[in-house]
Amino acid sequence: MSVTKPLPHDTAPLHVAGSARYVDDIPTPTGSLHLAFGMSPIAKGKIAAMDLSAVRAAKGVVMVMTADDLPFENDVSPSIHDEPLLSDGTVHYIGQPVFLVIATSHLAARKAARLGKIDYAEETPILTVEDAMAADSRFEDGPRIYVKGDADGAIAGAAHVVEDTFEIGGQEHFYLESQAALAVPNEGADMLVHSSTQHPTEIQHKVADALGVPMHAVRVETRRMGGGFGGKESQGNALAVACAVAARATGKACKMRYDRDDDMIITGKRHAFRISYKAGFDDNGHIQGVSFVHYALCGWAQDLSLPVADRAMLHADNTYLLPNARIESHRLKTNIQSATAYRGFGGPQGIVGIERVMDHAAHVLGLDPVELRRRNYYEPAHEVAEQPIPQKPLGHPDPHEDLTSRGAVEMGNAPVRAVPAGGNTTPYGMEVSDFELHGMTAALLNSSNYAARKSAVAKWNAENSVIKKGIGFSPVKFGISFTLTHLNQAGALVHVYQDGSVHLNHGGTEMGQGLFQKVAQVAASRFGIPLELVKITATDTAKVPNTSATAASSGSDLNGMAVKAACDTIRDRMADYLAERHQADPSTVTFVDGYVSVGEERYTFAEAAALAYQGRISLSATGFYKTPKVEWDRIKGHGRPFFYFAYGAAITEVAVDTLTGENRILRTDIMHDAGASLNPALDIGQVEGAYVQGAGWLTTEELVWDDKGGLRTHAPSTYKIPACSDRPDIFNVALWDGENREDTIYRSKAVGEPPFNLGISAWLALSDAVAACGTGYPALNAPATAEEVWRGIQRVKGDT
Amino acid sequence: MNITFLLNGETVELKDIDPTATLLDWLREDRGLTGTKEGCNEGDCGACTVMVTDQDGAKAVNSCIMFLPQLHGKAVRSVEGASSPSGDAHPVQKTLVDLHGSQCGFCTPGFVMSMVASHTNGARDHDTQLAGNLCRCTGYAPIIRAAEAAEDHPVPVWVKDKPMAVQPTSSMLPDSSDELAKVYAENPDATLVAGATDVGLWVTKQLRGLDPVIFLNRCEDLKEITITDKEIRFGAMVDMNRMGEALIDLHPSYAEMIRRYASVQVRNAATVGGNIANGSPIGDNPPALITLGATLHLRKGDTRRAILLEEFFVDYGKQDRTPGEFVEAVSFPRQADRLKCYKLSKRFDQDISAVCGCFNITVTDGVVEHVSIAFGGMAGTPKRATAVETALTGKPWTRETIKAALPAFAEDYSPMTDMRASATYRLETAKAMLKRYYYEDQGELSNVLEVSA
Repeated sequence: MSVTKPLPHDTAPLHVAGSARYVDDIPTPTGSLHLAFGMSPIAKGKIAAMDLSAVRAAKGVVMVMTADDLPFENDVSPSIHDEPLLSDGTVHYIGQPVFLVIATSHLAARKAARLGKIDYAEETPILTVEDAMAADSRFEDGPRIYVKGDADGAIAGAAHVVEDTFEIGGQEHFYLESQAALAVPNEGADMLVHSSTQHPTEIQHKVADALGVPMHAVRVETRRMGGGFGGKESQGNALAVACAVAARATGKACKMRYDRDDDMIITGKRHAFRISYKAGFDDNGHIQGVSFVHYALCGWAQDLSLPVADRAMLHADNTYLLPNARIESHRLKTNIQSATAYRGFGGPQGIVGIERVMDHAAHVLGLDPVELRRRNYYEPAHEVAEQPIPQKPLGHPDPHEDLTSRGAVEMGNAPVRAVPAGGNTTPYGMEVSDFELHGMTAALLNSSNYAARKSAVAKWNAENSVIKKGIGFSPVKFGISFTLTHLNQAGALVHVYQDGSVHLNHGGTEMGQGLFQKVAQVAASRFGIPLELVKITATDTAKVPNTSATAASSGSDLNGMAVKAACDTIRDRMADYLAERHQADPSTVTFVDGYVSVGEERYTFAEAAALAYQGRISLSATGFYKTPKVEWDRIKGHGRPFFYFAYGAAITEVAVDTLTGENRILRTDIMHDAGASLNPALDIGQVEGAYVQGAGWLTTEELVWDDKGGLRTHAPSTYKIPACSDRPDIFNVALWDGENREDTIYRSKAVGEPPFNLGISAWLALSDAVAACGTGYPALNAPATAEEVWRGIQRVKGDT
Repeated sequence: MNITFLLNGETVELKDIDPTATLLDWLREDRGLTGTKEGCNEGDCGACTVMVTDQDGAKAVNSCIMFLPQLHGKAVRSVEGASSPSGDAHPVQKTLVDLHGSQCGFCTPGFVMSMVASHTNGARDHDTQLAGNLCRCTGYAPIIRAAEAAEDHPVPVWVKDKPMAVQPTSSMLPDSSDELAKVYAENPDATLVAGATDVGLWVTKQLRGLDPVIFLNRCEDLKEITITDKEIRFGAMVDMNRMGEALIDLHPSYAEMIRRYASVQVRNAATVGGNIANGSPIGDNPPALITLGATLHLRKGDTRRAILLEEFFVDYGKQDRTPGEFVEAVSFPRQADRLKCYKLSKRFDQDISAVCGCFNITVTDGVVEHVSIAFGGMAGTPKRATAVETALTGKPWTRETIKAALPAFAEDYSPMTDMRASATYRLETAKAMLKRYYYEDQGELSNVLEVSA
């Protein structure tokens, strides 16, 4: 079977040859045009006058469009239609697209886009938590609140209380391929769109609305992205819609790709959070109750902010059984880029909140931070009785609602209903029945030699005054499923040709994660054929409709199962036919090692396919899958949002120069739970990459806005993602030898987002090293840049 | 302007080129070779890396900020030429596939070409060789494994390029400093392009049209490094990798600072003359050179003058250079090595300094005899710390003397807050660097890059 094999990425040979094609590499028809946006230079105000004559007169310019020139919907929002493609007369952030230049070259379009003369009536922008709270500038009417038991009472009665407020910065995706789209007008009103998107169906829907045509008139194709990380779930809408509208207006193929600076200035990033916490512990380090207030900086448009902020709340417990908890979440509307999906989708911010509480408590109680955490873990995995799933009544859906978007959440209010205290339940009332971390933690402590290294760090710190070391541990429990329950579905289309080769299509998109390879391994395994016989093709809305975004780590869970269903349909037809001809029981027909065996007879898979064709058996099938057991009501804050949890744990050791705060990761050990891995090589690749990206978020990656709302870090010269030498010197990644307790595809687990959170161990290791400089608690904010580490050192020394 | 160069082994002749057309745009848009990617268009991500071979050998460079005239007579190899014409993969291509070095694949062609160049040169310091290539997917570990696995494979014959002999083609592409002096005197308003690592961004980011442009890259006599008993002299067109190599034994801390200065690709193009002449307050060479007592050699037509480097930097954005005058060389006296260079940035590799502090302190019989301290990032120009120097000179070389000198930093500098660092952090870390110099001098471990688990 090809599943479980550590095969390389299917396109790796093309990657290294430079022949893997991305949107900007697709050969375009003669006369194709190129687009660029003219952008707002102010963060808030109204357009008083617009003179685009210089833009129109610029070399190479074919057409210039404003909101008035858009024939149908002027909207690229994935949620509440609050995001015009081009400004409707008001502007909400620096970088907002105001007009669209269509020109004969990318460079001509960029040059002309700078020539607009626009007068604005400026207003005072809302930029900070304080600004937004003071102005009550928010999405939803008020904060969302989850309550379990009585947090305030439990904290009041606790022996030890920790309390603080800290900042968690956002994060730029920095996919290496910036956003790109190409629209090619087809006959009639049809439009073909190539888009670098995680969500082709969303693109199809937005383009259809912008062109005033049904979705069947728009076909979206996505072969691959040069990285996505959530940044291409909704942020590609603007480019695709602009290209389609321009292609319709000019009759030419139109392409748009953002220059890197434009990409960073225009598109949304990970939500920055401020988190206030208060938590009570007993003398043994058992948490009695915790209260969080999340302030999520959502930017100017709603986008996907509600489910992001929800997921932060849903991960405010991380791996810890909180007997009493209160989580209050404010979704603040500000005049900066509209924050969006980013690997973890709010989960990491929620987890950083509780990990900060644990770190703080361990410092105050003088307990080993690992020990304190283990004492508060959920109970080990156990059987639970299945709960009936409530069905929601049917309503009348709005045809213009983006039903396949994570932004299509219910809105409204319901009184806060407390989950009962205690139990082995999350603060939102879900029983945690698959908890793997007791065994995983023990194994990791052993393999990383934690106890001896912790002593060695202490010895080092006693002997060295300038360079201090620190060691940090962080676990993760990450909920797998879209919290908007109906998105947990997927389709596939499989053809077997008469020569035994297989053509595979499904709703997932490839952004580097190896989804296509994993799914192809599933198909090859179902047919018992070599992987080479399976052709993986571009995601195409004309082949599989109504797809969910490739997001929430769901790609292989959902699409793997859908492909399995399609393959099994064809396999069963072949088996039935051959069994009938051999007067055998269909269940005895086997598909193994490239052969189909029935009774005494053995055919190659190609022979079997040819026979089935001659027997007039359909060799094409769709497959469909919906995740069982999940149902979540975000308004009530009740139900089962997740099919299962994925787990992991990491230990990171760092060194800090106490003179300047400069620091490095020396060693990282990871134990991660990918269930029964479909492909251990790809899964380890996800874990390694996610860890470095997570550590980058919390260390060197600092987004800086000026006091006018202008992003000052809008290029790799100023925004510093990890470079080669920033990975740990010693980097040991192991997969936990287990399998999913739920019935997922070959009992594997989702792996895209969960290990991102393991980077938190680097931040905690820095806290440990800083703590060695004095007696106080470091109280590090994130990102812990060298400067923030330096400030932490001053704090523990009592200087500030 | 007409130019001739080799592309993947084949001769390319281009006529009447736009002098600021970039190699990347030409490859992708004119030549249809889309393997080379645009990631940032400013030389910071390495996705556009190609290998260029000239008289000095094979070099990885960023094609997004390389202008076509810079290629005259050179050999360019893009990712399409990493494999042999008959399709044999280069060893680094094989190991990258086998060891899972690509995920989304967009950065991969750039990594391949950086690795082809470093493999060609037999380099094994992979973290340094690949510091200019960003990858967002893999976390780099599998890429380094691939680089290591390819080390012992022989260099394939098909990537062994040689530059070609070409005739002068334009007065704007002079072959010597004499020719440069003449054409610049005739066109004193021209923009001089040395390595284009800064001017490139004027074109790709500021979208400026530059005309006329004079390219210095063929002035071989400006690339000389002269080391005598008395003096070390770098021609203005010495690239930063060559400069770093020349300094490894003479001033190792300076060489280490250069190792962290931008990336291999940028250093292969960037020149010491360009770094000085553009007058940036955060250029890393000036503070080091100032503390070494460097002299700047300027030339206009046939007139030459030499000034102390620190006097070249008049004010923010203003240097002591007249129209038509160019930097010919920089020199400094041979001296016992007492120089330490401290580059502080958010990321160790390939990051612009928030603060760059350089200290050259001579202690004789326990007493500070000579002090020269200069900083980048602390003022509108690279600037000496004269008050600190005064506070140290003639004092015993002790912890107390260091402590007593610290307040003088506030007399020398009033740094600013920006996206790289706050004013407070800049000032306090400048002080900390003096302490670090002292600790290091006393043998105490204070370099976080030298620590292991």
